[in-house]
Amino acid sequence: MNPIEQLNKVFDSRIRLGIMSSLLVNEKVSFNELKELIGVTDGNLASHLKTLEDNGFLKVQKGFIGRKTNTSYSVTKAGEKAFKQHLDALEKMIRSLQ
Amino acid sequence: METSSFHDLREIRQMMEKSSRFISLSGWSGVAAGCSALAGAFVANGYIKSYYKHAYGSSAACPACLKQDLLVVAALVFISALALAFIFTYARSKKEGVAIWGPSARKLMWSTMLPMVVGGIFILRLMDLQYYSLVAACSLLFYGLALINGSKYTVGEIRFLGYGQVLTGLFCLWFPTNGLVGWAFGFGILHIVYGFTMWWKYERK
Repeated sequence: MNPIEQLNKVFDSRIRLGIMSSLLVNEKVSFNELKELIGVTDGNLASHLKTLEDNGFLKVQKGFIGRKTNTSYSVTKAGEKAFKQHLDALEKMIRSLQ
Repeated sequence: METSSFHDLREIRQMMEKSSRFISLSGWSGVAAGCSALAGAFVANGYIKSYYKHAYGSSAACPACLKQDLLVVAALVFISALALAFIFTYARSKKEGVAIWGPSARKLMWSTMLPMVVGGIFILRLMDLQYYSLVAACSLLFYGLALINGSKYTVGEIRFLGYGQVLTGLFCLWFPTNGLVGWAFGFGILHIVYGFTMWWKYERK
């Protein structure tokens, strides 16, 4: 199979790639922490998170710190699997070009 | 396409590093901490020498005063080392545009502060019981273990600094009269060597 077809379209965006990478190595990451790590605006980040959530790749936990809402995200099993497949596909593509 | 998948992989790696390790820890922080430890050891050495030269055995002898003076020196060293370390690390994270406080910094703080606080309590109790000869060894041991514990969340090489502190601490455990020398070596020299190496390796432009 052509490795390009194995690449997951959802991870096409740099921002979604960044979100998934940081969630894979951390148990959970809050919205604000993601915002700082990736360096994007609230609205932009929220829409990318929504896409990932709709695909079932991440879980959302809503909580409060005092009165402020504090939403944190963690990766689901499906998300982990999809991301690993995407990495494999990237690896294959690089190999095939060497 | 080739450059794009390379780029993607690099991006993924960077984000994994950045989000799980606190990498802005500056080498200069180590050098500064080492210098304040050396200065502290020098002052403490002066206090001890003059105590044994003038006061010891005479009616003016005041071991409690010496103890208090040494504690003040130790506290000043600790505070100035921490403050200087913070300043250099803050400057580096500003320069590189990374946030200083995040999940990785929090994990680093927790994993190093916990063994250090426990060690601090342990040492205070040792002093209570007048086991002064073990103080230098224990401070080096606990500090070394704290660094090894924290190395998962920052530049991994810091564990070598931790091993060095533990070895120095073990040495002091068997040769307690060399406590101050061990202190100057562990907290002073090792910090400076480590800090300089890290600066050379990662920050030198």
